[in-house]
Amino acid sequence: MKIDLTVNGQAASGEVEARTLLVDFLREQLRLTGTHVGCDTSQCGACVVMVDGKSVKSCTMLAAMAGGCDVTTIEGLANGAELHPMQQAFMDNHGLQCGFCTPGMVMSGLDIVNRHGRELDAATVRRELNGNICRCTGYQNIVKSIREGARAMGD
Amino acid sequence: MYSFSYHRPASVAEASDLIANAADGKLVAGGQTLLPTMKHRLASPSDVIDLGAIAELGGIVVNGNIVTIGAMTSHAEVAASGEVQEAIPALAALAGNIGDPAVRNRGTIGGSIANNDPAADYPAAIIALGATVRTNRREIAGEDFFTGMFETALEEDEIIVAVDFPRPEAAAYMKFENPASRYAMVGVFVARTGGGARAAVTGATDCAHRAYRMEEALAKDFSPTALADFEAPVDRMNADIHASAEYRAHLVRVMAQRAVAACA
Ligand SMILES: Cc1cc2nc3c(=O)[nH]c(=O)nc-3n(C[C@H](O)[C@H](O)[C@H](O)COP(=O)(O)OP(=O)(O)OC[C@H]3O[C@@H](n4cnc5c(N)ncnc54)[C@H](O)[C@@H]3O)c2cc1C
Ligand code: FES
Ligand code: FES
Repeated sequence: MKIDLTVNGQAASGEVEARTLLVDFLREQLRLTGTHVGCDTSQCGACVVMVDGKSVKSCTMLAAMAGGCDVTTIEGLANGAELHPMQQAFMDNHGLQCGFCTPGMVMSGLDIVNRHGRELDAATVRRELNGNICRCTGYQNIVKSIREGARAMGD
Repeated sequence: MYSFSYHRPASVAEASDLIANAADGKLVAGGQTLLPTMKHRLASPSDVIDLGAIAELGGIVVNGNIVTIGAMTSHAEVAASGEVQEAIPALAALAGNIGDPAVRNRGTIGGSIANNDPAADYPAAIIALGATVRTNRREIAGEDFFTGMFETALEEDEIIVAVDFPRPEAAAYMKFENPASRYAMVGVFVARTGGGARAAVTGATDCAHRAYRMEEALAKDFSPTALADFEAPVDRMNADIHASAEYRAHLVRVMAQRAVAACA
């Protein structure tokens, strides 16, 4: 079946099977491999993208369901060579080690800002990250990055 | 995942025709339970009928003392709804504690109750508040809806349209959550209503249920101390790697007492 949607501000379309997951469409067909797959139980959050402005686990949505939607992936954040403030904050605060969880962490961080504003306390960030798992960092620097990225987004 | 045909009807009538004519059709709402199950090949429907484009299944309406929540309303929408926060704050809080933010953006009330996971949150609210489940065929009283582990009163191909919640005088839900999944290891919903004290328990046994003995104790005295000697039946409790039956029985009393205290 054919789907038409918007990805990172540009019209995208593709021929998919009904069973194609959104994450596989993004990675395999659009070659946007920044969105990761870390589990098969919908628990890790490495695959989080924005669909119509809301965070969604792209491993738990069919590509067909995203027809007509506006999707933003990690690739859609930077402005040319200039990183998005949330990405920059992860870099500045050593918010990643292996980096596997990072795309999902950054997208979830932006979702937290959308819902809770730019002044975030650590407890809020920790609670809101309960659908994102990191096996490396111990979370301290992720929380720090998201708080700082949130503040920097207004500058 | 095995292959299937995908349909995206625009009305309940159309969805109902599609599911009736499919060899082995499945409705999909948020997909937060069905898609993982299909990925694991534990379900292999011939046809998947997506309810996502049916406007009449969405939305929250307050009419007098009844709060109506459309089947396709996401957990995030219920949690953020000013109307639900005002009329039944315990319900908004319950929805805001299901899973994680991304699951709440897709998962729906209709999908949650049709699935009837023994550890799901909504069933406790629907039973304790005396809600009514409306389908494309009939109305089902909340306490008759959940019939067993992953079993409901829904007939084959029946579609949940909305849930009507009567506004309680006071209500609260307390869950002891599994720290990994956020599902309820034990959850207790209590309500003070015009019809008396009501309580329901989820996560503890094979299926969410009304807690009559707890209600009797609370009818005499709606206070945490009224439940000081309450004992949940250990032989009916679930036991798994997360908690023994004895521990769950203990949690039922503690969560119930905390919920009653939160109603004050
Ligand atoms: C990581 C994770 C954590 C979670 N944590 C929790 C938690 O803490 N508490 C909790 O309660 N739940 C939790 N869930 C489950 C979540 O709430 C799901 O959203 C919910 O169980 C299913 O809703 P859905 O809309 O995604 O339904 P789907 O997965 O689309 O469907 C589930 C079932 O319901 C049927 N169905 C759907 N809509 C209708 C309808 N209108 N009429 C008839 N049948 C219908 C489908 O055919 C299917 O059989 C979690 C899920 C995940 C992935
Ligand atoms: S890959 Fe989507 S939640 Fe793990
Ligand atoms: S940095 Fe390695 S999983 Fe998070």
